[in-house]
Parts: sequence; structure tokens; C-alpha cells
Amino acid sequence: MPNSDITGGTLGSGYASPRHAALKGLQHALGVPALVLGASYLGFGSLIHGAGLDVWHGLFSTFTGWALPGQIILVELYSLGASVLIVAAAVAMTNARLLPMTVALMPYLRAPGTPRWRYYLFAHYIAVTGWAAAMRHCPDLPEPQRLPYFAGFAVTLWSMTLVTTAVGFYLADLLPGYITLGLVFLNPIYFMLVFVADARHRARILALAFGAVCGPLLHLVSPDWGLPLTGLLAGSLAFFGDRLWSQRNA
Amino acid sequence: MLETGLAETAFWPYALMIVGALVTYFWRALGVALSGRIDAGSPLFEWVACVAYALLAGLIARMIVLPNGPLAETASADRIAAAVIALAIFFLARRNVGLGVAAGAGALVLMTLGRSWFF
Repeated sequence: MPNSDITGGTLGSGYASPRHAALKGLQHALGVPALVLGASYLGFGSLIHGAGLDVWHGLFSTFTGWALPGQIILVELYSLGASVLIVAAAVAMTNARLLPMTVALMPYLRAPGTPRWRYYLFAHYIAVTGWAAAMRHCPDLPEPQRLPYFAGFAVTLWSMTLVTTAVGFYLADLLPGYITLGLVFLNPIYFMLVFVADARHRARILALAFGAVCGPLLHLVSPDWGLPLTGLLAGSLAFFGDRLWSQRNA
Repeated sequence: MLETGLAETAFWPYALMIVGALVTYFWRALGVALSGRIDAGSPLFEWVACVAYALLAGLIARMIVLPNGPLAETASADRIAAAVIALAIFFLARRNVGLGVAAGAGALVLMTLGRSWFF
């Protein structure tokens, strides 16, 4: 793991300064995370090409609407000639996870004296990979270093995906279809392993397990509401299951 | 009429992407606004974290089992087998995420190619 020196080297006391924390975030992102997310966006770039769009569309999408599942849905619906309302609803539904993710992460990013606009600026970079890294490391850092660490990590990832969106677009003709498949598949597999590697708190492990089971099942029941329902049902079940467990063994 | 129609076509993908970006950022901004009212140590906060983890696990499982996009053309059995291979390599390689991911994606590519050659 690229982040082992946090616990190994600094014993949870953080880095020399907020600046160093940001550089550490950058450094941690420039390993497996940038490689995998970069490769996933090669797949997105080639999807843009396949939809008959040009490279600026791809860059614009990654720049403004960064979060891969929503970006993929948008391009697909565009190809199908969907209306703007359908697109808005589908992207909003796909990205609804960003709400609980942001609420859960923010207490770990806040520090006294930080101007509020910074939270709103860096919220744009909340997406699964950076979120998971910040949820894991920021609680161990001194407060003034938390937002810099996350910003260093996530902005690095974002920059990388901008580059590979363009590269993927131009490689689209060279890449055979089965390679594109592999690139698109990197994303869910990577996220799966990140969460398996991360699983520590009992309530969150339960939430991951229940969510993995409920996600596909509820999607079959309702493609529109399956995901939000999964979060509410499986998340609540995990939360209360964990509390019950603690009470029984108290 | 024809000219405005053409102009609309050229701008159309950007219009969709602006809408997509706005609804995406909306969730993030709402999250920042709401989180100001929740104490980090409160049960409500832990519940929201559970909802977030459940949502993400649900999304990932759905992307593997019932994907949309180009992955929908691959066989479900192949994707599930590839996910299991990724997990196995991850644990065998002492929790190496990079190796696990490479093995999983590589396995899917090979299985898909195998099907196109033999069937």
C-alpha cells in the first residue's frame, strides 16, 4: 500500500506542516490510485470517441462533472438521444451517493479558521478514490493538515484523469474493443478491493456487505430508486445491527 | 429554423454536460452545507457514514453484476469470475491492490477473448 508510512513513519501525529500534508497527498495519489483511475479514464476517453463526440467534450465532462459512473451514463444517454430532463434525473440519481459521502467526510476535513469557500471548492473533488483515502487517513492527522492532504490527493487524481481522458480519446482507434472493456472494468474492481482493504469498523463492514447484496437486487426491483434505497436500507440495517451487537456484548 | 437547429446540435453535448455537472455538484455542496450541523462524534454522523458505505458497495456490486455501458456486452459469469480472481490474487499477494486489479481486469479480457474465439 502506498500509504503505509502514515502509521509506520509518523505514528499518527501527521506531517511537518499543512504544505507537507498536501505534498504527501499528492505523493500517495501518484501510485496505484492514479494508475487505476487514469486507466479507467482512458476507457472514458474512448467511450467519448465511440459516441461521436470530440475530445473537448470529454475534457469538459471530466473537468466539470468529475465522477465516472455519472459521466458514463451521460454519454450513453446522449448517444440514445435522451432529453435533458432524463439526463439530469439519471445523473442526479447515479451521483446521489455524493451527498452521504460528503456529509460523512466533512467532519474529517474541517479545521478552525478555514474559510468556508475552501470546503465548497474542494467538495468538487469528492469522488470514491479520494474519499476512501481521506476517510482512512484524515482522522489520524492534525486538523489543519486534513483538508490539504485530501486536496493534494484528489486534485492530483483529477489532473491525471484529465490527461488520460484525452489520451484515451486518441487511442480509441488503436485500442481493440476488448482492451477498452478491461479498462472500464478496472474501476469497479479497484473500488471493490479498496473497500475490502479498508474495512475496519464493524458498522462499516456490515454496511459494505449488506450494500453489496442489496445493490443488484434492488436495482432489479427499480433501476431508478434501487441505489438510494440500497443506501438507506442496507446502511440503516448495518447501523442498527452494530448498535444491537454492542448492547448485547456490553 | 435550420440554422438554430444546427447550432443547437453543436452545443447540445455541452448543454447536457453542464446540466450533469450542476446536478453532480449540487449533491456535494448540499453535503457541505448539511454537515455543518452534524457533530463528528454523533450517532447521526455514523449512520450517514453507514449509508455512504452501503451505497458505494451497492454501486460497485451493480457495476459488476448488472453493468450498463460496454461491460453489458460481456458475460455475467465472466465478470463475477474475474471479481473473484481479483479478490483471490489480492489476498494471495499480501493485500496488494494493484496486482489484484490487474489480475481481475486481465482475467475478464482473456475470458471475453476466449469466448469470441471458441464460440
